[in-house]
Amino acid sequence: MPSSRLAVDIGGTFTDLALEHRGRRTTLKVLTTQAAPEEGVIAGVHAILAAASVAPREIDLVIHGTTLATNALIERKGARTALITTAGFRDVLAMRNESRYDQYDLNLVLPEPLVPRHLRLTVPERIDHAGAVLAPLDEEAVHALIPLLAREQVESIAVGFLHAFVNPVHEARVAAILAAARPDLLVSLSSQVSPEMREWERFSTTAANAYVQPLMARYLGRLEAGLRDLGLAAPIFLMLSGGGLTTVETACRFPIRLVESGPAGGAIFSAHIARQSALDRVLSFDMGGTTAKICLIDGFRPQAAKSFEVARVGRFRKGSGLPLSIPVIEMVEIGAGGGSLAHVDAMGRIAVGPESAGADPGPACYGYGGTRPAVTDANLLLGRYDPERFAGGKLPLDRTAALAAVNQTIGAPLGLPAEMAALGIVEMVDETMANAARVHAIESGKTYEGRTLIAFGGGGPVHACRLAEKLGISRILVPSGAGVGSAIGFLRAPVAYELVRSLYQRLSSFDVGAVNSLLAGMSAEAASVVAAGSFGAQVGETRTAFMRYVGQGHEIPVKLPARALGTDDVAGLRAAYDTEYARFYDRPVPGSDIEVLSFSVIVSTLPEELPPPPAIAPNGAAAVPAYVQSVRDTATGAVADWAVYPRIALHPGSRVSGPAIIAEDETSTLVGPGWTASLDGAGYLALVQEAL
Amino acid sequence: MAGNVVGLAEIQRQVMWNRLIAVVEEQAQTMIRTAFSTTVREAGDLSAGIFDLEGRMMAQAVTGTPGHVNSMMESVGHFLKKFPAATMRPGDHYITNDPWLGTGHLHDLTVVTPAFHRGKMVGLFANTAHVIDVGGLGMGPEGRSVFEEGLYIPIVKCFAEGRPNETFFDFIRAGTRLPVELEGDIYSLCACNDAGIRRLTEMMAEFSLDGLAPLADFIFENSRRATEAEIARLPAGTFHAEIRSDGYDEEITLKAAMTIEKDRIIVDYAGTSPCSTRGINVPASYTRAYSCFGIKVVVAPEIPNNWASLAPFEMRIPPGSILNAPRPYPVSVRHVIGHLLPDLMMGCLCQTVPDRVTAEGSSCLWNPPLRGGASVSGPARGNRPALPDFEIITFNSGGTGARPTRDGLDATAFPSGVRTMAVEATENVAPILFWRKELRPDSGGAGRTRGGMGQVMEIGARDDREFACNAIFDRVKNPPKGRAGGKPGAGGRVALKSGRTLRTKGFQIIPEGDRLVLELPGGGGMGDPLSRDPAEVARDVRDGLVSPEAARALYKVAIRPDGTLDPSATETLRRANRS
Repeated sequence: MPSSRLAVDIGGTFTDLALEHRGRRTTLKVLTTQAAPEEGVIAGVHAILAAASVAPREIDLVIHGTTLATNALIERKGARTALITTAGFRDVLAMRNESRYDQYDLNLVLPEPLVPRHLRLTVPERIDHAGAVLAPLDEEAVHALIPLLAREQVESIAVGFLHAFVNPVHEARVAAILAAARPDLLVSLSSQVSPEMREWERFSTTAANAYVQPLMARYLGRLEAGLRDLGLAAPIFLMLSGGGLTTVETACRFPIRLVESGPAGGAIFSAHIARQSALDRVLSFDMGGTTAKICLIDGFRPQAAKSFEVARVGRFRKGSGLPLSIPVIEMVEIGAGGGSLAHVDAMGRIAVGPESAGADPGPACYGYGGTRPAVTDANLLLGRYDPERFAGGKLPLDRTAALAAVNQTIGAPLGLPAEMAALGIVEMVDETMANAARVHAIESGKTYEGRTLIAFGGGGPVHACRLAEKLGISRILVPSGAGVGSAIGFLRAPVAYELVRSLYQRLSSFDVGAVNSLLAGMSAEAASVVAAGSFGAQVGETRTAFMRYVGQGHEIPVKLPARALGTDDVAGLRAAYDTEYARFYDRPVPGSDIEVLSFSVIVSTLPEELPPPPAIAPNGAAAVPAYVQSVRDTATGAVADWAVYPRIALHPGSRVSGPAIIAEDETSTLVGPGWTASLDGAGYLALVQEAL
Repeated sequence: MAGNVVGLAEIQRQVMWNRLIAVVEEQAQTMIRTAFSTTVREAGDLSAGIFDLEGRMMAQAVTGTPGHVNSMMESVGHFLKKFPAATMRPGDHYITNDPWLGTGHLHDLTVVTPAFHRGKMVGLFANTAHVIDVGGLGMGPEGRSVFEEGLYIPIVKCFAEGRPNETFFDFIRAGTRLPVELEGDIYSLCACNDAGIRRLTEMMAEFSLDGLAPLADFIFENSRRATEAEIARLPAGTFHAEIRSDGYDEEITLKAAMTIEKDRIIVDYAGTSPCSTRGINVPASYTRAYSCFGIKVVVAPEIPNNWASLAPFEMRIPPGSILNAPRPYPVSVRHVIGHLLPDLMMGCLCQTVPDRVTAEGSSCLWNPPLRGGASVSGPARGNRPALPDFEIITFNSGGTGARPTRDGLDATAFPSGVRTMAVEATENVAPILFWRKELRPDSGGAGRTRGGMGQVMEIGARDDREFACNAIFDRVKNPPKGRAGGKPGAGGRVALKSGRTLRTKGFQIIPEGDRLVLELPGGGGMGDPLSRDPAEVARDVRDGLVSPEAARALYKVAIRPDGTLDPSATETLRRANRS
């Protein structure tokens, strides 16, 4: 693998950079330049190269992730897009699944479709579920749309026909007609962007791809030119939402696959730490200012999904966003962060989030004029932060303001002293995260027993012990470099590409030939995308079938051998499915046939061999605290003196017994009563709960 | 320090309340993942909850549909009457689909499971799900008694101490068109209660609880107080409203007198039509469910459902009326009438809190139950090929009523909480084709805010062969009304593509070469259409949702030939109309 890599992750506020050169890592944060993000990137690259004394031409690979596509979808700042679709189905994007995401909100707002109705254009054609043409494409009708596209100044076009994922002939024909008449227009076909069953999700993904495509193509062009001007000759790779890297060319064709690449980097960061530390089952927990993100990592691979929602209008509510059917790392985003605001609900209960104080005014204790209590205010009142040393002393906290906010909004209405009100806020936010994590485990058919929690982000290490206790987890790892975790994750990402295709099969009548030909085609396509950027590195291939009992709801992924299947493989598939099913749901269902809905193929460069972390002396010395802080424990309500240790003063093998706080500039690790912490050979804090 | 101890106990009770809601949510999610019937897993027609030893509901899953709100809640009491708590053992599961002891029709199965902690019974879990087939005539209004509507399961034990009751499962498998699905669903319902119990016992261990009674008291006291506080904010009085349904063969009147007192709301349904001879009758528990939902969504939407938060709503429903049908009246499609109840409740509430209600909507789901094959066409009648046997239902909706500050939702379910399935998925499991499924222009009632648009569906069988539809539609002769000067939404229409109008209810053949066309109703409008922002009208015209003619006639908005708003002509039109 290339020895010098540079990762750049553009977030909403900061652009994070991480550079690895001859085994040495440099990181840097610069402000994101919203209007022209490439300017911030180029300035940051210039600065980090200078800081590391590395010449631009020494860089072998640039890895980039950006929220630009996501922001364009949230802020509706994409291209003027038209949708060409099957006659009679003009409103698939608007009708969604005909449901409300909140049963009790009469004033519910649903997201506006990315393509307004007057630009949703229909042409006569019809293909059935098996791919047979029932009505030929009316090519005259396609030609007739061309003047309208000019008149409406359409910049980008999505084409989505019913069952086009089975037979793309009509979509391809429309693309050819448009290419001849308007070669300047970008065209996204549903059969290429998201070739999967379910028209709403497929059309939504295709429309979103078309919507962000011109913007992303222009941006990537400017970025590439800017980096070349700096003297960088290295290829630029883009981080995908599924956790792999791809070329600029592929990113320009399918820019929708770039959404949520930042959080994906965070999950890869955790997965890498898991592999380095030989942790087979992990829960990644990243808590920032407005949200917390959790991700299950088994066998060093973040949990994968085939779809997710972007641009939710209903405050993180499932069902309130635009569905995207693309390979993604499965993550749950909870409206719970340091800035999440607390209030008392109608039942006299403390409720926290999803409303957030954001960066401006921020929590009351920031002293920027916030008057409503946020989680950070409550943590301060519990004694978890030293007001003078917060954020390395750069942001002294105002305890009086926090006290007033907590008292006024929570303490007084409930008749609780401020410290107990603060305890209630923190306990409630921890409970909210734990409940979301539990439901996620159910949805994923997984459990938490025996997992290790990897906690990062500003709030992760603060809340990790209590969250772990609530989930029955007794091991926590707090990595270093947690502030730029996503960018570091980018450095670890493989060059990889995933394809998902629908092909309906029943195991009782499994068409081995058809499946083999589909998989071989997918394999070749994914391999060619990867070959463009792998520089001959060794690649591996993973094939998966998504199966379920005929008629049942959720598909379970079952691994397939990465070779042509034979008829004698079918019995093995059935056995593998039954085993997986019983693992999820206790009992298999006797006598039920099994159906396969879709297949996925991932081609990926293989991970580097990791050297084992340096061994450490077995009898680590007990560390010496720098000072003590009076802290209230949220489980028992008891106040005690907690010893405080600066993290930089710990050495590999150093042991700290809870209750204690391990402080660093970016965060504080709380070591709860009954927990002990030690610094391991890789420089990570390992927390273990003593058996009760 | 004493204050802090009290404070901690208070906070822990709040945490446990939240946890309990999370536990029943996990229970519901387990059901959605493992269920076989598309009605549960795709449409979300289910409910889950936890109960104390007296059968009072402590928490209900947020996921689910309002029809089960208190029908499932009442059900647990009936189970305890037949099988007292003292006779229940760990691993027992009890089941029924009795419409009068469960949630109103035979297609809903309710499973109740006792929860034990440290050897002592501490509560019960219950869940309800709508399954695809229970034999009989199938989902539809044609039955003349409940006995024709399918397999009737009294309250029985389906698992005894973890062992399946094989005699019960033999009956179940023999009595349905879809034995694998039905048996699988029952296993799934039992598994989901087991999941709830596991979480509950973990929570009780974490908080060192021996029983749930103190927590139940805390939940009930706070919920009741919060609900009463919301009721106290309403101007008191008695308010009358009525609504008409197309009925099966004659129209039906639903009448309500709602009395708002200081701490309770009483609805009296005197004057409501008597029972129908067909399966649109509503058992009382289902009437209470949708009445409660209709009131609660306006009055106290944020308060979680439980025994105490629902207790202040009392229903007086004359026995023998269509809203309190006794056994053995047919009740299969009781939702057609039941879904009108929130509109009726808001008809009363709009007289006291007009800015908190919506206009009437399409409301009852327009689910076409479609069937084909030998049972419709014979093995080869007239030597024509028949379709393979199929039975399928999709969940579809017209427009919702206009809101005080927002338009109604286009083609969206309300009050039902279900979702529809993808056309591509439906076409993969049945030999039918949707030729059209899109919004229906000019169907949303005009108003300052307009009603949601209905939709048009055109459905044919493969090769346009013969098939049948067991119609259960409403709001055709009685379209959704507007409020505060808003116009009614467009009524629905059921027809053959060749032109002939079909009945709104009952089993009908779509002959070979023809197709079924459904035009779903639009929601009613709210407020004077002349006060609607002309730019909004022009946007709807540009989008093809409102015709230029309707814009002129209903909104007095002039649109130029190029499709843009003509402000001065609009001003002239509107001024002329005002004077």
